[in-house]
Amino acid sequence: MKPPEHTATPGNDIADPVARPDAAAKCAGTARYLADLAVPGMLHARTVRSTRPRARITSRRLPPLPAGFFVVEARDIPGRNRIRMLDDDWPFFAEDIVNHIGEPILLVVGPEAEATAMIASRVIIEYEDLPPILSLDDALAGLAPPLYGEDNCFAEYSFHKGDLPQARRAARQMVKDGFSTGFQEHLYLEPQGVLAVPEAGRLTVYGSMQCPYYVKKAVEQAVGEGRHHVRIVQTVTGGAFGGKEDYPSLLAGQAAVAALKSGRPVRLVLDRTEDIAATTKRHPSRIDFTTFLDENDDLLGMDVDILLDGGAYSGLSSVVLQRAMFAASGVYRVPHLHVHGRVLATNQVPAGAFRGFGAPQAFFAIEMHLENIALRLGLDPLEYKLRHALRRGDRTCTDGLVRGAVRLPEMATRLCEAAGYPAKQAAYTAGQGRYRRGIGLSLCYHGCGFTGQGEELIQGTIALHKRADDAVEIRVAATEMGQGAQTVLPKIVAHSLGIPLDQIHYENPDTDIVPDSGPTVASRTTMIVGGLLREAALDLKRHWQSGRVMDIRRTYHHPPHIHWDQEHFRGDAYPEYAWGVNVVEVEVDLLTGLVRVIKIWAQFDVGAPMDERTLRGQMEGGIAQGLGYALWEKLEVDDGRVQQQRIRDYTIPTFMDMPPVESGSVYNPYEFGPFGAKGAGELTLVGVAPAVAAAVQQAIGCPVDMIPVTPEMILRRIRNRKHAKPDSEIPPESSPRSRSRADT
Amino acid sequence: MQITFELNNETVCLDVDPLRPLLDVLREELGLTGTKRGCGEGECGACAVLVNDRLVNSCLLPVGAVVHGRVMTIEGFRQTGAYQRLAEAFTEAGAVQCGFCTPGMILAAAALLRRNSQPDETEIRAALAGNLCRCTGLNMIVEAVQLAARRGGAPW
Repeated sequence: MKPPEHTATPGNDIADPVARPDAAAKCAGTARYLADLAVPGMLHARTVRSTRPRARITSRRLPPLPAGFFVVEARDIPGRNRIRMLDDDWPFFAEDIVNHIGEPILLVVGPEAEATAMIASRVIIEYEDLPPILSLDDALAGLAPPLYGEDNCFAEYSFHKGDLPQARRAARQMVKDGFSTGFQEHLYLEPQGVLAVPEAGRLTVYGSMQCPYYVKKAVEQAVGEGRHHVRIVQTVTGGAFGGKEDYPSLLAGQAAVAALKSGRPVRLVLDRTEDIAATTKRHPSRIDFTTFLDENDDLLGMDVDILLDGGAYSGLSSVVLQRAMFAASGVYRVPHLHVHGRVLATNQVPAGAFRGFGAPQAFFAIEMHLENIALRLGLDPLEYKLRHALRRGDRTCTDGLVRGAVRLPEMATRLCEAAGYPAKQAAYTAGQGRYRRGIGLSLCYHGCGFTGQGEELIQGTIALHKRADDAVEIRVAATEMGQGAQTVLPKIVAHSLGIPLDQIHYENPDTDIVPDSGPTVASRTTMIVGGLLREAALDLKRHWQSGRVMDIRRTYHHPPHIHWDQEHFRGDAYPEYAWGVNVVEVEVDLLTGLVRVIKIWAQFDVGAPMDERTLRGQMEGGIAQGLGYALWEKLEVDDGRVQQQRIRDYTIPTFMDMPPVESGSVYNPYEFGPFGAKGAGELTLVGVAPAVAAAVQQAIGCPVDMIPVTPEMILRRIRNRKHAKPDSEIPPESSPRSRSRADT
Repeated sequence: MQITFELNNETVCLDVDPLRPLLDVLREELGLTGTKRGCGEGECGACAVLVNDRLVNSCLLPVGAVVHGRVMTIEGFRQTGAYQRLAEAFTEAGAVQCGFCTPGMILAAAALLRRNSQPDETEIRAALAGNLCRCTGLNMIVEAVQLAARRGGAPW
């Protein structure tokens, strides 16, 4: 055993920013995204999609196909026509029934992209309509036959803590509140795409993706287990945000089958309109609270009911629901708690993973609820929230132990000083005139790593390969999709080994080379995958022999103190939590309903930053997406059809919209994270919407119980207050449901 | 139809449909894949190129409209000192994440700095407003352009 020859440290502190290794190629335009790949003999595929929300396909008529063109459909699938996910209900191609508008029915494949698209547009599908379930209300009414199982419910769970009936009897006050949230579209700048290349006995699928091994399993299921060696290679990925967690499995399976059928490479790249209309979205939600207060106005008990709209196929919905449920009581100590949740099936575009994964819906609701309780009691929202915030040693909603220090009070205090929160909070309540200001605050956490038993089930495995030249290759399935994995993971390894960063190599994953370290999701890459890499690197350092090839593998297991009962949802739902505080100041034009965001202040506890600049990118980017979710990103599905199918209709924040953002982090290292790191990717989005909504609520003096908070909604609320009578124009699902402040 | 124009300081002559979008000609006929297709409708700016020094969404421009004009894509621009200055500033300011918007964003910044070497923040935001970025939260890109402008000295 010898120490490494190179002991130069790559920087004094791992947090010191380094240049992104992928920046040069991305600036120069030499980074190769999926659509930039062309291989000899490559064919182009175009999808023919359902135009009906729920129907039986009675016939399909193809135009004459020129030589070299062909179609691929369900009956061409040699394996199983089901995407391998949590529950195998989602077909690669519709069989006799379509369940949402935009559902793929067949591919037209041919040598020229334009001709392929032209032929696809001339395919005629005839349908016999079936009674659709077009909304959560339809699903609740239960008039149409179920889409899934007998109860049309993808998942239903409940869990208890304490004795809620007892709390109900002992309570001095009861407060009811209800909130709803809409769809959100990822709108990564690079549309989804895959390229399947068949070779003798082998099938390689290149693609823009988060989770190479999810894709591998899906393709293996499509082409038949064991019949072909399936290899998945991630290409440079132009943003994902959860949207490339589930859907690439579908595209890869389709392209793989087309490639096998033709014996030629097949590329399938979605148009923007297809991508918006057909790929997964954030689940719309309705969340209702009945909360019981004791004689000191403190939280005694809470009954939470969560309803998510899962769309046509189950996908990842059951786990999204679990994460929403474990966030339902927020960062608060609630002694007696009951949480019930359901995801219902509707004939709409399937809902799936999106940064936050159920938590943004839940935190919007719980934060507004606490805000409303405090205001109703005549108390300062911040003070009331901090009075009930979890502290080290407290029990979480699932009776897990809060092991780490909770630094929310000092984070909030620091932020409120910077924002002038107390003075503004007091002053803005009595606003006058056309332009009204408001300031809002939220507290949130995000469980780091998979929910519940996920990490134990997946047992992520990583490898380090030391070459003879003493360079070290990181072999993980974790993908760089913009978030900075290729910056952060090499730093963790370099700092652990004490060798220069340029001696560490980390290529986009290729499943022929890298073990399954799990999907790139759940804010787990730095904490879980990075943690394994650090252990492996320390091991490598101990056994380092210069000039020799060495291989080290590590598999994740929770630290021994983590206990979880999946059946009863009891114990540590996550190994650790990251925390956030957001303050948002807005100005609302009461005449137009337009909201101008003055400034956002945010503080996060992500354990320890692995790269200050990368972390800032996560903070600013997550905040921007959260702001869009709160104010602008309205995606409606009417009669099963996505109404905003273009970027011009679906408005993400632009340079003209983004306010100044003052973000920072506190150092609060996690014992089992690499260099103290916890998760950071999702946390930064989660708390924005409630802070925005609270600010708007203060500015307009009317309840804000749904997001996005559009100008139309603001004007309706103001008008309702003036006329003090129900507004017949408001559809039932968007009518004011907040009852706690109905008098304001 | 024969179409002649100057592309990245070299004359090109192509036999193409004059109504084909410049973006498709660049990517498919000429293999210049640094120009990205984000929407194909002129909404995202990922396909931005310079035509006669002005920023243009190449997905909306028929190639016939650039006859005898000067087209600069990232492949040509990256040969310049101005590019070096901008790429450094983008990297240092954390303006690059997924990178799909980056070539278009750099060209948008170049088009601005060419006509206004010391833009204020409002001018930067207005100049980049046609280019979307979903990763960075945008303010870090504004800072990158400010950094590049502040360092000056580049032949914009």
